[in-house]
Amino acid sequence: MEVKGRIISINGPIVKASGLREAGMLDVVEVGELGLIGEIIRNEGDIATIQVYEDNSGMKPGEPVVSHRRPLSVELGPGLIGSIYDGIQRPLIELEKLSGAFIKRGEKTSALSKTKKWLFEPIAKKGDNVNPGQVIGEIQETGLIKSKIMVPPEISGELTFINKQNEYTIEDIIYKIKTKDGEKSFTLSNFWPVRIPRPYKEKLGMDAPLITGLRVIDTFFPISKGGTAAIPGGFGTGKTMTQHSLAKWSDADIIVYIGCGERGNEMTDVLNEFPKLVDPKSGRPIMERTILIANTSNMPVAAREVSIYTGVTIAEYFRDMGYDVAIMADSTSRWAEALRELSGRLEEMPAEEGFPAYLPTRLAEFYERASRVETLCSEYGSVSIIGAVSPPGGDFSEPVTQHTKRFIRCFWGLSKELANARHYPSIGWIASYSEYVDEVSEWWEKQNPHWREYRDNAMEILNRENRLQQIVKLVGPEALPDSQKIILRAAEMLKNAFMQQNAFDDIDMYASPGKQLNMLDIIMTFYYRTKEMIAKGIPLVKINKIKSIPQIMRMRFAVENEKLEKFNDIKEKMIQELDDIERSSK
Amino acid sequence: MKGLEYRGIETIDGPIIIVQNIKDVAYDEVVKIQDDMGKERLGRVLEVSETAAVVQVLGNTQGISLENTKVTFLGRPFEIGVSEELLGRVFNGLGEPRDGLPKPFIKNRLNVNGMPINPYSRVYPRDFIQTGISAIDGLNTLIRGQKLPIFSGSGMSHNQIAAQIVRQAKLKSNEEFVIVFAAMGVKYDVARYFLKTFQESGALSRVVMYLSLADDPSIERLITPRAALTAAEHLAFEKDMHVLVILTDITNYCEAVREVSTVRGEIPSRKGYPGYLYSDLASLYERAGRINTSEGSITQIPILTMPNDDITHPIPDLTGYITEGQIVLDRDLHQRSIYPPVAGLPSLSRLMKDGIGKGMTRDDHPRISSQLFAAYSYVKNVRALASVIGEEELSELDKLYLKFGDSFEKEFVNQNINENREIEKTLEIGWKVASLLPKDELYRVKEKDIEQYYGREK
Ligand SMILES: Nc1ncnc2c1ncn2[C@@H]1O[C@H](COP(=O)(O)OP(=O)(O)OP(=O)(O)O)[C@@H](O)[C@H]1O
Ligand SMILES: [Mg+2]
Repeated sequence: MEVKGRIISINGPIVKASGLREAGMLDVVEVGELGLIGEIIRNEGDIATIQVYEDNSGMKPGEPVVSHRRPLSVELGPGLIGSIYDGIQRPLIELEKLSGAFIKRGEKTSALSKTKKWLFEPIAKKGDNVNPGQVIGEIQETGLIKSKIMVPPEISGELTFINKQNEYTIEDIIYKIKTKDGEKSFTLSNFWPVRIPRPYKEKLGMDAPLITGLRVIDTFFPISKGGTAAIPGGFGTGKTMTQHSLAKWSDADIIVYIGCGERGNEMTDVLNEFPKLVDPKSGRPIMERTILIANTSNMPVAAREVSIYTGVTIAEYFRDMGYDVAIMADSTSRWAEALRELSGRLEEMPAEEGFPAYLPTRLAEFYERASRVETLCSEYGSVSIIGAVSPPGGDFSEPVTQHTKRFIRCFWGLSKELANARHYPSIGWIASYSEYVDEVSEWWEKQNPHWREYRDNAMEILNRENRLQQIVKLVGPEALPDSQKIILRAAEMLKNAFMQQNAFDDIDMYASPGKQLNMLDIIMTFYYRTKEMIAKGIPLVKINKIKSIPQIMRMRFAVENEKLEKFNDIKEKMIQELDDIERSSK
Repeated sequence: MKGLEYRGIETIDGPIIIVQNIKDVAYDEVVKIQDDMGKERLGRVLEVSETAAVVQVLGNTQGISLENTKVTFLGRPFEIGVSEELLGRVFNGLGEPRDGLPKPFIKNRLNVNGMPINPYSRVYPRDFIQTGISAIDGLNTLIRGQKLPIFSGSGMSHNQIAAQIVRQAKLKSNEEFVIVFAAMGVKYDVARYFLKTFQESGALSRVVMYLSLADDPSIERLITPRAALTAAEHLAFEKDMHVLVILTDITNYCEAVREVSTVRGEIPSRKGYPGYLYSDLASLYERAGRINTSEGSITQIPILTMPNDDITHPIPDLTGYITEGQIVLDRDLHQRSIYPPVAGLPSLSRLMKDGIGKGMTRDDHPRISSQLFAAYSYVKNVRALASVIGEEELSELDKLYLKFGDSFEKEFVNQNINENREIEKTLEIGWKVASLLPKDELYRVKEKDIEQYYGREK
């Protein structure tokens, strides 16, 4: 069905049209002579308000608007992985072929290749009764990922036909199902509306941590698989670097990276680097598990708003196959600003700082799409969402940060002071928190029974140091007794030797859980032991002289993830040196 | 309709006019407005319905009357002509010759808004530009294709620094830059200062200037940087040149954006600036970089003055969120006559990581710069402590840090306005000042760096 109307007014990306009474709210429309993609966001009387996802300069009142009566959707099927899309799922590689290095508007291309052939392995058999979400076949999509071909969510019935093992394109008919509305044919791909969460059987609790390889996160402020986290921070504090590290090293099966209103070069950086980096587990390039969505700051604002939903829908699709998916959204503030800009043009009543009153609802809906679930096909899958927030002036009291805080459970607040001192990642340990610590403790304690105790005591040292610094500012560190100076010493070690991590150093950029545990063990052993010695009256100046300290300070660069035995040497040497001091002071 | 002339307008409010009873007018179309004295101005359609168009006048609306004004819709977006003949010429803020010479021969007319670069088609910038300024080369390295703004304050030496960069900027390959200079709302003196610099360094034939000066209509400034960047894109991406773009002063540009927004009654976000200022600035700054279909590049150095020296003000703030770092000037250093007064801690170059080190500058460069940052940031704490308890009460180590801090500012950062330091020289001074600290304090550098460079000059 097709509904045709005409444009009556244009105000930036907001276009009003008449004659679309029969079109539905949130229908996709083709706007103007160029057929630019848009979406109906309001329908009142005879006037439909449309948000246009491409630059519409030169458009005139009187030009046509056409709705095909379907919602804005993404295409889901083999070929997603390794792709880079704009906010409305147009493949940027194809756009380059059509219009060169600059994106021309009005270019049409399909999201998945229509000619590429995929080797399909059937699983279900003709005559089977199949249910929504059931896996009827598989495709080895990349070296890392097997794509499951699932019955679409609302469909069930008898499988009347299924193709044999062979190579097919996404346009070939693969199976047919006799539903209550008659027999329907299906290909390897299907569409799903971006603004509607995909269904699952049940939401589950979380148990395993999403291991990120960043020590300050995994050890101090961990996130669970299926969890939510926000990274707020002023410009240049390290949001993107952290997101990139997570995309590279975290142990999710699939990464969906959304560059929402940020820099073009950052996407290029990912495109250059990811194919060269290999997954520590499988040895395959990590691009084989990554999907990129790039709607950079100079691309149309309305498409920025939708890019977030495009990303999360693709993530849910892989979750439904039973994968652990992690989404990085950089930056959710730009998405919120897109909402604000569009809301302004709609002349809606603003709430705080010009943001629409529905900002918190939209944020809640987005973060609610993260979860660990039992899928329709009875697998376990998860979507974790990690959203960067870019507060104006770096001030966390602004609306987007404040509302985001209500819907996430892990807060990695970046500190300008740390970033200025080039302490990276600049996640401040006083303002940050994670509500997942209890949930992941069991997992960590299986690796080392002291984990929780170490972690909590380390946090305690950092908090006490923070309080002591107030005094130090007034009297200087020399005035403190050794029993307090050792807190400063241990905190210094935790900060410089453990929490800091250089994303550009080949050895330091990623720390396996084993490496993290060993490092923590050495630092905490040092602390426990020296505290005892000081209590016995041994002066700290003596302890400070041991040769192991510089070694501990440099161990993050010196010990590879594969050579953890080196830590034993460091630890033994340290204990030896401390023993010697203790013996000589008897 | 194209070429159709309308007589009379409905309302005039500051730079915005509304024209009624129109037909077939396009959004973003260019408009010619002629007042009854025959004076012409250009404008742009901001909003259009079947019967009325809201037009932004890119000039003064003074003298425009409701009755006898003639309005013509030109049926095209705002364009400038481009060709290699732009080089050596001076234009006004809308791209008309300002140097008294005839219009240049042009090959093509291009929409000043440009088109977004496909992120897939970008080439990641990596080539080190030596500016000869230690605070930049050593700690905040400029890379070819980067957008690196200077955050300054009124009365500080941003123009001198930009001019010094223009004079000294050099690539390893020794290729020359062409320069596109856009002035928005700055005084004639500033434009003349740059003109003189270009003249003296013999660069004039490689420079294109777009000048919308302080006494030109403020709304014109909305076009000026776009015209300049359109010229830059032509030279870089169609003619394979390496283009250095200086945009000054972004603060004046943003004020023009705010002016239009206020008149339209839009809901402001912070300090009266519209919510879309971020996207608007991004549409300028993202026009820097390199692409895979050309050998050329656009390196942008926007200059902005921070109102009240406040880095959290929306203009520096939004800029910092888009550009690839920032060179921040510091009032205190400036008052202590340190030139260039580049603030050690808040300055940053994000593209530095891929353009320095082995094979590009020197192996130890990333580590020594990180070490200098870390140590200098500790100096700030020590100075604060010293001001409370007195310098004598400091520990021996902290006293060394004070000494380091002073040398860092006076020897490393400070240099003559004509001093062009080779990168080796910059690193040498860096090690010299770092060597004021004990070896064990330098945990950001490697053992082998210490062996090779520590305390070599004592
Ligand atoms: N883990 C890290 N290791 C080394 N350097 C880092 C690290 N994190 C951040 N940096 C440095 O900080 C710079 C800024 O980081 P990043 O681009 O991630 O900031 P951001 O918070 O995303 O800023 P914006 O909001 O402007 O996008 C990087 O270019 C890099 O130089
Ligand atoms: Mg970023």
